[in-house]
Amino acid sequence: MNMFLATFFDINIMMQALPLLLKGAVTTLKLCAVVIICGLFGGLMLALRALSPRGWLRWGSVIYIDLFRAIPPLVLLIFVYSGLPFAGLELAPFSAVVIAFFMNNSAYFAEVFRAGINAVPKGQTEAARATGLSPTQTMIHVVLPPAIRNVLPDLLSNTVEVVKLTSLASVVSLSELLYSANMARSVTYNASPLVLAALLYLAVLWPLVRIISRYQRGLAVK
Amino acid sequence: MRFLETFFNPAVIGQYLPDIIAAMWVTIYLAVATVLTGVLLGAGLACIRAANLKSVNFCIIVFADVMRALPPLVLILILYFGMPSVGLSLSAEVVIWLVLSSVLTAFAEEIFWGGLTAVPAGQWEAGRATGHSKFQTLIYIALPQAVRMGIPPLVNRILATTKLTALGSVIGVKEILSVASSAQSFSGSATPLTMAAIAYMIIFIPAVIASHWVERRFSYKM
Amino acid sequence: MSQHRAMLEIHALEKRFGQTEVLKNIDLKVREGELVFVIGPSGSGKSTMLRCCNRLEEPTSGAIMIDGARITDIPRRDLDKMRLKVGMVFQGFHLYPHMTVLKNVMLAQVKALGRSKAEAEARALDMLDQVGLKHKADARPSELSGGQQQRVAIARAVALDPKVMLFDEPTSALDPELVGSVLNVMKDLRQKGMTMLVVSHEMAFAREAADRVVFMDGGYVVEQGPPEEVFGNPKSERLKAFLSRVSGTAAA
Repeated sequence: MNMFLATFFDINIMMQALPLLLKGAVTTLKLCAVVIICGLFGGLMLALRALSPRGWLRWGSVIYIDLFRAIPPLVLLIFVYSGLPFAGLELAPFSAVVIAFFMNNSAYFAEVFRAGINAVPKGQTEAARATGLSPTQTMIHVVLPPAIRNVLPDLLSNTVEVVKLTSLASVVSLSELLYSANMARSVTYNASPLVLAALLYLAVLWPLVRIISRYQRGLAVK
Repeated sequence: MRFLETFFNPAVIGQYLPDIIAAMWVTIYLAVATVLTGVLLGAGLACIRAANLKSVNFCIIVFADVMRALPPLVLILILYFGMPSVGLSLSAEVVIWLVLSSVLTAFAEEIFWGGLTAVPAGQWEAGRATGHSKFQTLIYIALPQAVRMGIPPLVNRILATTKLTALGSVIGVKEILSVASSAQSFSGSATPLTMAAIAYMIIFIPAVIASHWVERRFSYKM
Repeated sequence: MSQHRAMLEIHALEKRFGQTEVLKNIDLKVREGELVFVIGPSGSGKSTMLRCCNRLEEPTSGAIMIDGARITDIPRRDLDKMRLKVGMVFQGFHLYPHMTVLKNVMLAQVKALGRSKAEAEARALDMLDQVGLKHKADARPSELSGGQQQRVAIARAVALDPKVMLFDEPTSALDPELVGSVLNVMKDLRQKGMTMLVVSHEMAFAREAADRVVFMDGGYVVEQGPPEEVFGNPKSERLKAFLSRVSGTAAA
């Protein structure tokens, strides 16, 4: 038991590592903000394209979405970070991570938006168009508000996934939360900093996961 | 031309193709093991939760929440680097299987439990009224309906979790990404990374297409 | 009536969905202030014809004029302006669930017609008053009965000052006791001089309020005339068969 505590819950080591981890957490938050905002926007655009009647726009988006849902995000990241330099495109870790995760996440957000928009009855669009609203006005004022409300739990759960995803940035030595914790582990030969990182992730994500569960249960009962 | 030379070098492809194919089997093997363990345990936990034992349910909920909230890579590092210090050395493959199975178990439990709570009370009453025990009603009447309702989200989650097998590369599992990464540094060419991306597409694009099909077939939402 | 000019004219209208011919050579004229009623078995093309009149459905060939302007020729980007002149009421109401009743009636006035918010609100309240629902202005559509929702849908369309109103089975989705309130609003509109083309199964209402009744079957206009003639003295076998079928159920 003592050995277990000393390996995973050494308070002294945790306290020493804390400032480094907090610094890493700030990077994680920045990364999350950029990826989530870009992902939401890109996902919405992709979903609108994927639902548009015009052939090549539609198929381009559908293929993009399926392709980036099929490739593991870590593979994308390694490809962008270590593969592109061979083509003369050298990226800083932060940019590489943002680009790779944007590709992955816009595809996921697009799927969510697409499901939401598809669930709005066609009669809504017809009624709006019959009153002279343009396709764009119809989308903005009539279709999107209920569509987004329908998929809020899925958007939230995708946001949680993004936060978890950013931990992969440690693989390309971006000093976010997990990278900092792993650094501290290798210096102290002790897993406690990793456990501390886990606790920090939990502090932020556990409440969100609870909310998602509540929300989905509510839908199921309805 | 230079682009082809960099990302699709035939000599490099020829040299590393056997390794990549061998690695694909490792990925598939890990993925299948994860799916079997995760889905079965998830369904099992959801059934146990239906028995409504307060303390047991509390443990299940905490397990499911933590596994859904933590980035899998954090768990992988903790197990891989921490367990040897308490006298339990796990191979990298086992660590990946343990972590991914636990994550999938947690999500599958939530999905099945959501399905169980959505089965109308009348179904339970009908089961009991026709002489089934509570357990029989659960297994023969409620669970099949819950599984059916849960299939679309479950397929998406299986896809997301099995793609995480790429995390094995971080701790040296000989799966696609890690084999491709080392091939890339040996050959000094980005071609192995392209091969990895294609290998993942070969495995996962059918899964993505299946997920679309399943969504149409089993859609229960609207 | 005959001295009034035609407000809606349909010439040689045809519509095909792939191989299926839904409308075959339709000719129909609705004069200003007239209420024309379209009856016929389901699948006879009534709704499709109505939906061609504001190009929710694209005609395969033929011409449609609204107030003298050929709407079948205008480019797609000008459709929105044309649709302001043609109000439509649907079987399923299609109120926007995330907006209050008042906002439902205001939206197109502001966004498509370019009225100021104040102007649109005043007009919306006036319209809601006319359909007897001013007190529900701040309610959500889900809090209203079907009949109330349909009256709001009528207010939403009429608030745009259309030249013609199209009604696509406006009472088919309603419980019987709610039908009357919607028909009363339609009668009111007619008294105020609105030009109306109505697809409906409410035969009693057709007898009472229609200027003309058009019978469609199999994609053709088979017979038309004043209600007393169409109902009292049907000429074609198909209309006779249809009327006896419907009266069998309607009388019950």
